[in-house]
Amino acid sequence: MKSDSDNTLREKIEIDLLIEAVNRFYGYDFSDYSKAHIKRRMMVFLAKHRFESISEMQHHVLHNPQVFEDFLNNFSINVTEMFRDPGFYSEFRKHIIPTLKTYPYLKIWIAGCATGEEVYSFAIMLKEEGLLSRSTIYATDFNSEALQKAGKAIYSIDTIKSYTANYQKAGGKSSFSDYYMANYNSVIIDKSLKVNVVFAEHNLVTDGVFTEANLIVCRNVLIYFNRELQDKVLSLFNDSLITGGFLALGTKETIQFSSIANKYSTVSKENKIYKKSII
Amino acid sequence: MYKAVVIGASAGGMYAIKTLLASLPGNFRIPIIIVQHLAPDSDNYLVEFLDKNTGLTVKEADEKEVVKGGFVYVCPPNYHILVEENMSISLSADEKVNYSRPSIDVLFYSAADAFQESLIGIVLTGANDDGARGLFYIKKKGGLGIVQNPSEAESPQMPTAAILEANPDHVLEIRQISKMLLQLANQNQDKNSL
Repeated sequence: MKSDSDNTLREKIEIDLLIEAVNRFYGYDFSDYSKAHIKRRMMVFLAKHRFESISEMQHHVLHNPQVFEDFLNNFSINVTEMFRDPGFYSEFRKHIIPTLKTYPYLKIWIAGCATGEEVYSFAIMLKEEGLLSRSTIYATDFNSEALQKAGKAIYSIDTIKSYTANYQKAGGKSSFSDYYMANYNSVIIDKSLKVNVVFAEHNLVTDGVFTEANLIVCRNVLIYFNRELQDKVLSLFNDSLITGGFLALGTKETIQFSSIANKYSTVSKENKIYKKSII
Repeated sequence: MYKAVVIGASAGGMYAIKTLLASLPGNFRIPIIIVQHLAPDSDNYLVEFLDKNTGLTVKEADEKEVVKGGFVYVCPPNYHILVEENMSISLSADEKVNYSRPSIDVLFYSAADAFQESLIGIVLTGANDDGARGLFYIKKKGGLGIVQNPSEAESPQMPTAAILEANPDHVLEIRQISKMLLQLANQNQDKNSL
């Protein structure tokens, strides 16, 4: 099996070199992403473009900015859906919304918003609770193409059936069809949900404090990072959150092993909602 | 020296996995990682059911958790599960693979990269072909491939696909798979004590 252990070693070297090339040339740092995740995304990209090897892929990524754009998309796909984990939303409605209602004005940061499905889920929930008009939602991602899609708010009609089911399970108070217009094979999200949303490019790996938020939502982003980068990003969130503010992570993510753990109380163990109790 | 066992199952998998784990003792030394296709909103029933029926400790895999002998790690619904070289778990909410999340192939590919020839891959009952390419990759990296005998499987399609694609080392009934795992773990122990 000598030949295949050679292949394995060769691939590891190629992956490290490509990560370095992308960082030095384009300024996107993937070195603290989970290794298995990086390998998988690279192999998906390799198959899509029918490259023979990661070295060949590196050549095209370095020399052709369009290929790089696609490479970036492939790394930030963050397949997302509206009201993913309906239980999270219904718990949020029950236990967090009442506190948010006591604030005259709300700043919400949705970090790693990808193509915006989660942003509009929050906008719908806030609207139904009478909070949207006094909220500003800052929705950020490092991928400008994803942000553009998010801003357009046009989604495939095939997704609507499952989103409607999610919405109902999430404790929706209206009919989901109130929030979009169907047009041929796509739906466009109602404009009123976009008014208080600001889309902005922000890279959690390399950029700094973003705003003084009452709520930060960052779901299923940290799972792709190693522990060191997770800790760095959680500290960034901590610096961007007011005392008494809430932090919502993905259901399989936790602050438990991070340096900010002792500053937070757990509001929902199951849905990973935390409250900042100490500065 | 085997470092991990990865198991993939779909339709009919709950009872197949139960039978497989039932005859393994609590001190079984090789960590076991399982992908069982489930609905995205499934509760913890599978983990509890399996845990009740084996001497091993069965738990849902946590992100970054380091896998250990004596434990069985079940992939949470609606995530992919991957293993890193340092024995830790990574989860992913990426697109579905073979119409599935979790996908057996995703686990098998990452485990084969991490453990090379020190990996045992097992494909059980199921009504699709997830796991077939992953098992092929495990074999390519020098690992051991085992498939449940399709004639015994509740849904024969998945083991049949794995046999055709991966040319596994062994095609066995569930109880024989358990026996073989015990033997392999004992060999592990012998090599350890040398």
